[in-house]
Order: sequence, then C-alpha cells, then structure tokens
Amino acid sequence: MASSQLARRAARRLLSSQHRRHCAAPACPWLLGSAPPVLAPSPVAAAAAGDRRGFCSVRRFTGESNAAAAVEEAENGLVAGGDQQAIDFPGGKVSFVAEMNFLPESQRERINCYRVLDDDGRTISGSRFQEVSKELALKMYSEMVTLQVMDTIFFEAQRQGRISFYLTSHGEEAINIASAAALTIDDIVLPQYREPGVLLWRGFTLQEFANQCFGNKLDYGKGRQMPIHYGSNRLNYFTVSSPIATQLPHAVGAAYSLKMDKKDACAITYFGDGGTSEGDFHAALNFAAVMEAPVIFFCRNNGWAISTPTSEQFRSDGAVIRGQAYGMRSIRVDGNDALAVYSAVHTAREMAIKEGRPILVEALTYRVGHHSTSDDSTKYRPVDEIEHWRTARDPISRYRKWVQGNGWWCDEDESELRNNVRQELLKAIQVAERMPKPPLAELFTDVYDEVPSNLREQERLLRDTIKKHPADYPADVHI
Amino acid sequence: MAAKSLREIRRAAAAGIGSRRCFSGDAAAAAAAAAGVAEGKVGGGAGKEVNLFTAINQALHIALDTDPRSYVFGEDVGFGGVFRCTTGLADRFGRNRVFNTPLCEQGIAGFAVGLAAMGNRAIAEIQFADYIFPAFDQIVNEAAKFRYRSGNEFNCGGLTIRSPYGAVGHGGHYHSQSPEAFFCHVPGLKHLRTLIPWDKETVEASVSKTGKLLVSHEAPITGGFGAEIAASITERCFQRLEAPVARVCGLDTPFPLVYETFYMPTKNKVLDAIKATVNY
Repeated sequence: MASSQLARRAARRLLSSQHRRHCAAPACPWLLGSAPPVLAPSPVAAAAAGDRRGFCSVRRFTGESNAAAAVEEAENGLVAGGDQQAIDFPGGKVSFVAEMNFLPESQRERINCYRVLDDDGRTISGSRFQEVSKELALKMYSEMVTLQVMDTIFFEAQRQGRISFYLTSHGEEAINIASAAALTIDDIVLPQYREPGVLLWRGFTLQEFANQCFGNKLDYGKGRQMPIHYGSNRLNYFTVSSPIATQLPHAVGAAYSLKMDKKDACAITYFGDGGTSEGDFHAALNFAAVMEAPVIFFCRNNGWAISTPTSEQFRSDGAVIRGQAYGMRSIRVDGNDALAVYSAVHTAREMAIKEGRPILVEALTYRVGHHSTSDDSTKYRPVDEIEHWRTARDPISRYRKWVQGNGWWCDEDESELRNNVRQELLKAIQVAERMPKPPLAELFTDVYDEVPSNLREQERLLRDTIKKHPADYPADVHI
Repeated sequence: MAAKSLREIRRAAAAGIGSRRCFSGDAAAAAAAAAGVAEGKVGGGAGKEVNLFTAINQALHIALDTDPRSYVFGEDVGFGGVFRCTTGLADRFGRNRVFNTPLCEQGIAGFAVGLAAMGNRAIAEIQFADYIFPAFDQIVNEAAKFRYRSGNEFNCGGLTIRSPYGAVGHGGHYHSQSPEAFFCHVPGLKHLRTLIPWDKETVEASVSKTGKLLVSHEAPITGGFGAEIAASITERCFQRLEAPVARVCGLDTPFPLVYETFYMPTKNKVLDAIKATVNY
C-alpha cells in the first residue's frame, strides 16, 4: 500500500474516533510549501479571547438567571439547552454534567499493539503495512545481523579489556534498523544510547564505530567521551550524551527549525521507558504539541531502566497513553516486529511532516543484554525471562523467517553474512586499536569556539609537567 | 536517637572520604586538605578499616535501624544500588522504607524535601554526581531555603542527599565530575559535610606553623573550592605565609576520557607544586 494512503487512512481513523477538540482555534495542518504558519498570534490570541469569554460566562452562570442574560450567555459561549449545559472554554466546548465522575486511573483494556508478523514470521491476516522491496528487506535484515554481531564482538572486546565500556542493543535490533529504514537521511536523529543501528543504517562504517569505541584520533568525538557515544554531523545523528532524556527537548527545537525552513524532513528522538520519568520528557512532549513540531518521539519500552522494572517506573499504560494527554497522536507497536516498526515510523513521519505535528511511538520490546558492561542483570531479573526474550521473541529470527519465507534468503547467505561482518569488524578493531589517540592539543579545543587565555596557560603548564615526567603519561597520545 | 544516628553517618562519611583517597591511587580527593583534616579528627579510634561503600552501607543500616522515620531511596537502590551501597537494606527494612524511584532526579530531590519537611529522615541517592543537575532547582531553591524563607515555620533538616563523584579512570564526561563548588555557593546547604563549614581553624594552625599551603581537587581550578580556601587562609595568615598558596586542580575543560591522566591533579603535579612552594 502506498505510504500516503496509509497515512491518510490512519488520519481518517483518528478523525472519526475523536471529537475535534479545538473548535475555537482549529489546528491548521501545516502544509509543505505553504506560507510559514503564524504560530504565535493566532493560537495565543484565540486562547486569550477564549479566556475572557470563558470566565465571563462562568460568572454569569453562577449569578444571573434572567432571559436577557441567557441570550447574552449563548452569544458569549455558554450554551443552555434543556438539561444540557456547556461552556466554551479555551480548547473547546465543555459539557456540564450533574454526576460527579472521576476519570478512572486507566482504561478498561490496555492500549493494543500494532503488529504485522506473528511469532513465526508470517504476516497476520488483514494486517496493513508498508510494502518493502526485496532489496530493502534484505538490507534491513543484513543490518540487523550486523548490529547483533557488532554488539557481540564489542562486548567481548570490553571483557578482554581492550575497550573501557560497552552497551549492547541486543533484542532491539528491529527497533534500531526498521525505524532507521523508514526515515530519510535528511531526518535529524537525536539518540539516547541504545540506537547505534540507526547510525549503522545511515552508513557509519564498522571502522568508524571502532574508532569511537577506542577513542582514537579518527574518532569524531576526539576521544573525549566514553565508548558508544557516537555522533556524526554528516549523517544527521546528534552526538550521544549520557544523561537521560536531555535530547528530547533538543529534538523539538530541531524539528521546529526543519519546519521553519520548510524541509521535507522531521526530527526523531529515541529514549527508554525510564526516560519517560524525566522532566525533560514532559517538557519536550508539551513543547512539541504546542509548537506543532514535526518530531517523532520513539520510546523503546524494554521493561528495564538498569534494575528498575516498568512497574516501579510508571503506573500509566506505558508511554503511549501519555501522548493523548499532551494532545498528540500516538501508537503502540510490537518492537520485535521489523515490519510493524517500519510501517509505524513510515506513517508517523508522513503525518509529522505533512501535517506539522509530533507523533509518539511506543515500541514494546525487551532489553536482552545487561544495561551495560558495568551491570549484571541476573542480580535483579530472572534468567529464564531473559532467555525467553532472547530466543522465543528474538526480532532477528522472526524477521528472518519472513524473509526466508519469501525465498529471499538461505542458510548459506546467513553464514556468509555473519562471517563477513565478523571478519570486517575484527579487522576494524585491530586498526582502531593501533591508531594513536588524538593529540594533546585537542584536550583544550572545543571547550569554546576558540581557546581562551586561561586554557592556553593551562596547556603550557601541562606541557612543562609532561616534559618533566614523561613516564606519567600514556605513550599513545601525541604531545 | 536521631542525633546519634546522624553522628554515625557523619563519622562514616568522613572516614569514607579518607578511605577513598587510599583506593583511588594517585587521584587527589576533592579539597584534600579539608578532607584530610576531617579524617584526622574522627579516624583516631582503633576501628577496622573499611572501604567507602562498606562504610556508607553500614551507616545506612544504622540510620534505618535507629530511626523508624528514616527512608532510603533513589534510582536502583532496591537491589542494592549500582555501587552496591544499599545492599541488604530493602530485605532488612522493607520496600516501604528502601525503594527504587522513577528515573527523575528532580523528582527524587523534591520528594525528599517534602518527606523531610514532615519530620522524616530522607536519605536520597543521586546515582552519579554528574546527574544531579536536573535536581539543582529543588536543592538550591527549595531545600536550601526551606527554613529561611518560612522563618523556620518549616524545615527539611532531615534531608541528606548522597551522590558519588569524581574520576574513576574510564568515566568520561558524565561519570567523573566533581560538582561540589556549585553547592558550596548555596547558603543553607550543609550536607557537603567536610566543606560547609570547613575546618578553617585547623588549616590555619597548620599554615601558621609551616607558612605553606597547597590545595588540591579534581574539579576545574577556576571557581573551585580551592579558591575559597586560598582566599580565607590568605586573609588569616597573610603575614605568616612564606609562599603563595598553591592550587593543583583539574583543568578548566569538561572531563575528558582519553586525557584523564592529563586532566587530573596527579602525584607529580602535586610533588612539583610542593617543591616549588618549599623552594619559593
């Protein structure tokens, strides 16, 4: 099915299933190529007018009751008809009711989850999804395998003491690769740290990954950050920062810029279930909705924030339900189903850009690996739970069944691919390991755009110390 | 009883800072002068030497055991914490008093302020000092001023925030920082036990005797707590100083992974500064 059809259909379903709440100031779809939306004056003015009207009506409602007042009230937005009473309040008409009803803490049933492939890799009958060509399908598959092999080998390299730290994306390969495949290179990625597959998809080479993990002189981050803190301006992938959820408000700002520049692109930001607790998450979702920014919030709900299970993280129905509270479309998707992730992000991207709106995607998945090489997750979660997700719910084998079922893949292809990736990565590691670290001068650059006098003085003093005590300092940093 | 447990905590924490200097090798601890003084004062007993995490763990056991209104919480503290400092607490004292919080530092600090304001001992963990900044507003504008702004109608004196800081060898930007100076600049915060108030008199007595002072910390030199120590001692001991107060501190750069050795106030930097001071 063509992507535009999917997007239209998704939007129609949305429209028919919910009332238009913004009758006072209807949300103008932001159309590509149209004049830039005049954001500030219209909604703000409408809200201000609504405010005056609303509060005026409230006063009358509680005070006067004569006919003249009733007429005026109708004009002012207070509607009285039969037993029904309502008020035009900023945001739309609100009905008054006689019963005192508290909203329940949750819906009766949990939000359902979009899926295309069943556990055996067969498409579910009636499932609607974005078609992928054989070429695209195979590229997705090989990148998922590449990510898995890369994670396994880097993890081993850390265990051997060759790199100082690592963090795998095991179990989340479909999320990484399929979401990346649904984007274009012009879309801006603001990652957390468990999405190296997005960068892989964009063309970051295994050598480039290795350079960063070893912090050598070819690392774009100049060896300053821990392993896995990748970034590439060329590939529109903002550099990873360890603090949680700080990138979410950045994504809204970046998306707003894309919209102002009338780019056919959106921003996408990734985060975990734990990240939804941070203040930055709430700030970002609210800003995005109000600013009508074309940004996709991609939540990898993998069940665990280091040792904290989602039951101790939130009591809402996951992350997906939060979207509506902020006035944002959202979808829950099976994160271990590559086709579902691909289709959902593809459609979300289309809606975000064409309609100028944020979209929240919650992918249900599982962090199969430890949080990082500093963690032993068997201390706080059952091994059979990990094993179940690692085997029975593995996203790569499920997708492989579908690819292989189409006759596009065979066991020989599989072993050749895995072997090639392994060889290429081992070579990349050897090269990265032998490469010197960035020169000492880079310790002082980039703190500001130019090196100020205090840092120039500190560099001079440091060089004096190094001359006196060369043995104190690593030999692989060029002085 | 509460006072007793607090004394125990202080003791453990002060002793802990001393121990930390032992196992962190040549990494100079923050405000080494002040910390060393604290160690000297309380470390005189013939106790068994323990490392910092054990000391903290024991202190938390004591606090929870002696004060029924004490609570320990933070990210991942339930299973023992990522540094194992809360090991055994949840099993012994139950999940109502020792618990994981959602991943939200401002929430942890704000919750702790409210809990403490109700007369409880709230012991909150921020997993790394590098991650304390989302809680900065709650700590600086709320916790620190809670008593003063209410004319002592309310206070959150039962609040303790605990957070590991400093270089570990492979922490890079976000697992290495020493943010103590930010908090020392905030009237009302007392929990930086060895720094506010720092033991001026003991340092002054030492400088009066030797005429020399060297201050060292991992945090960047500019605006660091070392500057405060240097200024105070210059005020008090100007006539007796035989050399300028030396500072051997971190560089004015973000904490850099592969350059950690270059950034740090390492032993030979300290030794050179000592020699320069002695030979001044």
